[in-house]
Amino acid sequence: MPSPTGTTDCDVVIVGTGPAGATAAEVLTAAGWSVIMLEKGRNHLLSLEAPFDPLGHVSNDEIKFLRRHYLGPDPFLEPRTFRRRESDGDRLFTGDVNNLPSTVGGGGFHADGKLPRFREVDFHARSELGPIEGADLVDWPFGYDELEPYYAAAERGVGVAGDHTENPFAAWRADPYPMPPGPDMFCALLTSDAATKLGYHPYRAPTGVNSVVFDGRPACNNCGFCGSFGCPIDAKGDPVAPLRHALRTGRCEIRTESIVHDVVMDSTGRRARGVRYLDADLVEHEVSAKHVILAGGAFETPRLLLRTGLGNPDVVGRNLMFHFQTIVLGVFPYRLHGHRGRSVTHLMDDPIVPDDAALAAARDAGLSYFRGGIVEHGAAGHPVTEGIHLPRGAAHSQMMIESMMRDRMAVFTMQGEDLPVASNRIDLDPHVRDVYGLPAGRVTYSPHRHELACAEHWAPRLESVMREAGADFTFWTTSPPMEGSFADRPGFVAPISRHIIGSARMGTDPSTSVFDPWQRLHGVENIICTDSSVFPTSTGYGPTLTIVALAIRAARALAGLDPLRSSGPAL
Amino acid sequence: MTLQLRFFTDAEFEIVSAAAERLIPATASDTANNHPGARAGGAIDYIDRLLGAFAVDPPLVFAGGPFSGRAGGTASFADFTPLSPFEELAWRTRIEGSSGLVEREFNGPVIGWQERYREAIAMLGEDFTTLDGEEQDRRLGAQPEFREMLYTHSCEGLYGAPEYGGNPDGSVWGAIDFPGDVQPRGYTDDEVSGRA
Repeated sequence: MPSPTGTTDCDVVIVGTGPAGATAAEVLTAAGWSVIMLEKGRNHLLSLEAPFDPLGHVSNDEIKFLRRHYLGPDPFLEPRTFRRRESDGDRLFTGDVNNLPSTVGGGGFHADGKLPRFREVDFHARSELGPIEGADLVDWPFGYDELEPYYAAAERGVGVAGDHTENPFAAWRADPYPMPPGPDMFCALLTSDAATKLGYHPYRAPTGVNSVVFDGRPACNNCGFCGSFGCPIDAKGDPVAPLRHALRTGRCEIRTESIVHDVVMDSTGRRARGVRYLDADLVEHEVSAKHVILAGGAFETPRLLLRTGLGNPDVVGRNLMFHFQTIVLGVFPYRLHGHRGRSVTHLMDDPIVPDDAALAAARDAGLSYFRGGIVEHGAAGHPVTEGIHLPRGAAHSQMMIESMMRDRMAVFTMQGEDLPVASNRIDLDPHVRDVYGLPAGRVTYSPHRHELACAEHWAPRLESVMREAGADFTFWTTSPPMEGSFADRPGFVAPISRHIIGSARMGTDPSTSVFDPWQRLHGVENIICTDSSVFPTSTGYGPTLTIVALAIRAARALAGLDPLRSSGPAL
Repeated sequence: MTLQLRFFTDAEFEIVSAAAERLIPATASDTANNHPGARAGGAIDYIDRLLGAFAVDPPLVFAGGPFSGRAGGTASFADFTPLSPFEELAWRTRIEGSSGLVEREFNGPVIGWQERYREAIAMLGEDFTTLDGEEQDRRLGAQPEFREMLYTHSCEGLYGAPEYGGNPDGSVWGAIDFPGDVQPRGYTDDEVSGRA
């Protein structure tokens, strides 16, 4: 409650403790501001008492992390719903829909930490490449050159290992990566060598995982329980590093199991006074603050805006993007031990920069171009997952021993650019509720033909790379599944991508965007958003490093700090 | 069976074992790497601990961390972690069903796994263990949703960490040449990059 003297509980209240909120907290506490962070999930990441050590909750445990929703959100407590289009009725599916972790650390907790920058053209794709019919493609309100120093700051803060000399398609950069790359996984060496032979350009992935001791945290020891888990030894910087930095200032308080359900506005409607939240006993509290930062992620932020009626109602929730994932699987005649290492150690950007064949295929599909995304050279999953995917019955146990779906499998995942389409959206389900009594978020989503044509073009090419690498046979699928394909089954219709983007886009025009170019809510003085809701496009790159870079930029501006400048010309 | 049952009766355990063995049988014993069937691999012990998770406190839902002791460090997986009130609500509802309790029915009634297992066992029949494989498959096939759940739970039991009740001493991991959890030892750079 506001104190009688008229002061507030804190300078800024931040909704969410993932990379978006953690980064803002780090910047603002360093600037002397007091911060209260509200997180709806539990804390498994770090002690909230100095010296903020790991809690020891994270473990190499497939049951806990992949089968029992340890990081939340539990789909029973917080169901989400999915349909492809309005003609499907209220919903096709209820349960786990793009369930990015709901816990201290948010999506950063479980990510395997591939942290590429976007390319220059990504910020001006509409101007430079042209519009695409049926998509609401827009330029970003600023360019890569402005963001470059923030990318550099993000890489230093989180701790990114990489080699700036290897990717010919990378944007310019003023600094090398703060750490060298970690060890290459055997399966990625096979597939990246094959890709090079076929004229592609694989490189060692920039990864937010320590290859050496960095920022007081140890080097990764390659345990292999990386993507979809969490790091038991604190070798992954995102987002433990910014949270720990913020906590060390003594000006950051994290309240867990605190479900923000309302933003409190003053009588003019132009200024927020704070937020209201429910605690674990469903008792309501209010935090008053001079500023409110929304950082719940691109699913929860529009859900909160829709519940509270804030933001341009014609835009909030719309232009929802994931990455359209093309998944190419190769089965090898020998074991690849993909369970050793950091899940993915190599990437390639070739599908992001269309060659003549890609342009021809796009024209055949009635498009002027299409762009895919980074191709992750990765390993397959863990054995519970393998078992569930294999057939039951007489053949099961021998197939588990031979392990064609795990130890003998390499996997390419292309994180294909997903175009903004206004009818792809998050709104509030008319009937399904969460355990707190709030309407569930509902996704309405089907891919643009850009994504489908791009997947159909690249999948066979990536299969060729797998065969060149030595795979006996290959197959491919997509997420979400293409309608009518073998993967299109009830219960598996929603995208599995945890990259959620664009659902409250920023722009200069309040009639076509929700936040301004400094990520301030149009028409309100003191609400900003630092998560990927504000992205105008998805690009073909993982969003996290750009979330962090944008959060640094927006938080510095909020605190009145000077803009960052690049440390020098291109390397 | 080496563990104390927490949910199934002995007779139920036998019926579920026979059913799960049809889904995940052992490999022929003359193969070099023998994969146990669902029963010897601990799948039914795992399911018993899942359905009886709340017979102990803390309940057997989330194993402890960070290390099991199998690769060094202090063994802590067996110290299951306390649930938050909402987590308890979710897992009790999944396991016990909503039982008409308002707080469990915010999106309608839920039939719990305990009830689904008990009903399925009854439909498989008391004579299930005496039937030939073909008839067992027919009765299982008459309950496709239960068969799917039993298979999924059996895979979790066989291939998950032993602390959840299956995969005794990591024996199933050994059969499929999976090292299991490896913290805090991890792997050397050579083990990551090399062919061997």
